[in-house]
Amino acid sequence: MTDSEGEPEPATGGGPQDAIPGAGPLVVVEHVDKHFGELHVLKDINLTVNRGEVVVVIGPSGGGKSTLCRSINRLEPIDGGTILVDGRELPKEGKELARLRADVGMVFQSFNLFAHKTILENVTLGPIKVRKQGRAESEKHALELLDRVGIADQAQKYPVQLSGGQQQRAAIARSLAMKPKVMLFDEPTSALDPEMVNEVLDVMTGLARDGMTMIVVTHEMGFARRAAQKVVFMADGQIVEENTPDEFFTNARTDRAKDFLSKILTH
Amino acid sequence: MFDFGPFFDNIDQILEGFWATVRLAAVAAVLSMLFGTILVSFRVSPVPVLRTFGTVYVNVLRNTPLTLVLLMCSLGLNDELALKFSESNSTYYWWAVLGLSGYTAAFVCEALRAGVNTVPLGQAEAARSIGLTFGQSLRMIILPQAFRAVLAPLGSVLIGMIKNTTVAAAAGYAEAATKMKDLLDLPSFTSGALPLFIGVAAGFMILTLPTGFFFGWLHKRMAVAR
Repeated sequence: MTDSEGEPEPATGGGPQDAIPGAGPLVVVEHVDKHFGELHVLKDINLTVNRGEVVVVIGPSGGGKSTLCRSINRLEPIDGGTILVDGRELPKEGKELARLRADVGMVFQSFNLFAHKTILENVTLGPIKVRKQGRAESEKHALELLDRVGIADQAQKYPVQLSGGQQQRAAIARSLAMKPKVMLFDEPTSALDPEMVNEVLDVMTGLARDGMTMIVVTHEMGFARRAAQKVVFMADGQIVEENTPDEFFTNARTDRAKDFLSKILTH
Repeated sequence: MFDFGPFFDNIDQILEGFWATVRLAAVAAVLSMLFGTILVSFRVSPVPVLRTFGTVYVNVLRNTPLTLVLLMCSLGLNDELALKFSESNSTYYWWAVLGLSGYTAAFVCEALRAGVNTVPLGQAEAARSIGLTFGQSLRMIILPQAFRAVLAPLGSVLIGMIKNTTVAAAAGYAEAATKMKDLLDLPSFTSGALPLFIGVAAGFMILTLPTGFFFGWLHKRMAVAR
């Protein structure tokens, strides 16, 4: 595995062209580097996500998965390389960046619903304040979304009154309300009690089926098999392997991936 | 010695003094909250110039005795530099309001900054991720939660401010404590100083105790459940 600067292809077997034909690239990550102090957390990352594609990023903890996910809407600034969303490079700061973030939905491990606002207010805040939509229209759309994720009856409650699974579904609705071009999921089920994982994964699978472009950092192998078109295996700040889910889980190309899979799939 | 006669004989003057205290404290409460909120926005802003301004302001005002601040307002800015709000005596009232508000704002800012630190980072990240600008997320997400977290300490700051109105005499503004001192200085005033002190102290408690209780109640009622 090489890590030399300027090498055009990522150190994987698969090329970026094996996605849905006819759908252009929506997120393009090129030669991205990122350090946390001495720690080199992203090493020359190259990744292309096409429109309507669902990409699952898996790998051991500390491998850079979350950092990559967060850098796509610049919650983490990068040190080098470029990230294009829908053909436009991420602006550095200010209003331009805010506008771009509105098009990139993000779902966090810890939900991060606004604690002092009701579920309905959480979902309508972005449409009203960022998209400048009317309140009535925003609320109508919000209730439709809450219905879609199965918690319309919780609209008037505060986040703390909901279960983890319900909170996460509300957070997905909040992102969807912005009508994003792409959705980022940063370990969306890792903070949930086991019995609540599926209700969230079901919503995500539904989204994938409806053609939403998604980048999902997760440990849920079942979801990866069911919903993803591509699996990206990251370790030590590098993309070690890019593959289809079937190939990856049955016949991984790299030893690092085989080793990882053997540790998580044998029990 | 404990004859409250002189106190009640002069109740008109004393009530007039307390009315002056209330007028000063009420306006200073609103302005110090406003200035304090602006200052804390500066102190947490990503713009270095604003951050530096906020830090310098807070540290200068917080570490200067209020008497000096108010003397500088009245003698320095009003009299010496002739920066007057009006030609009448109300210029001293406004300088007292401004001096007291500017001073208290530094404490309001620091209380609020402690509140900002109680808001989990994820709240700001979620706000940014739906496309809110820094200003919007501060105004709609961070500060509302920060305020609720520090309502009780803000009550203490306001109580301190109400008691600090007694220093406004330094700005040439006569409030309750000034009236009391004037009464004590009258040649005709021979006894009853102790009841006068007690009466005026009780007057201040009538203002400050409800303030404290109100903010304590508000703190419980408005607390953000996480």
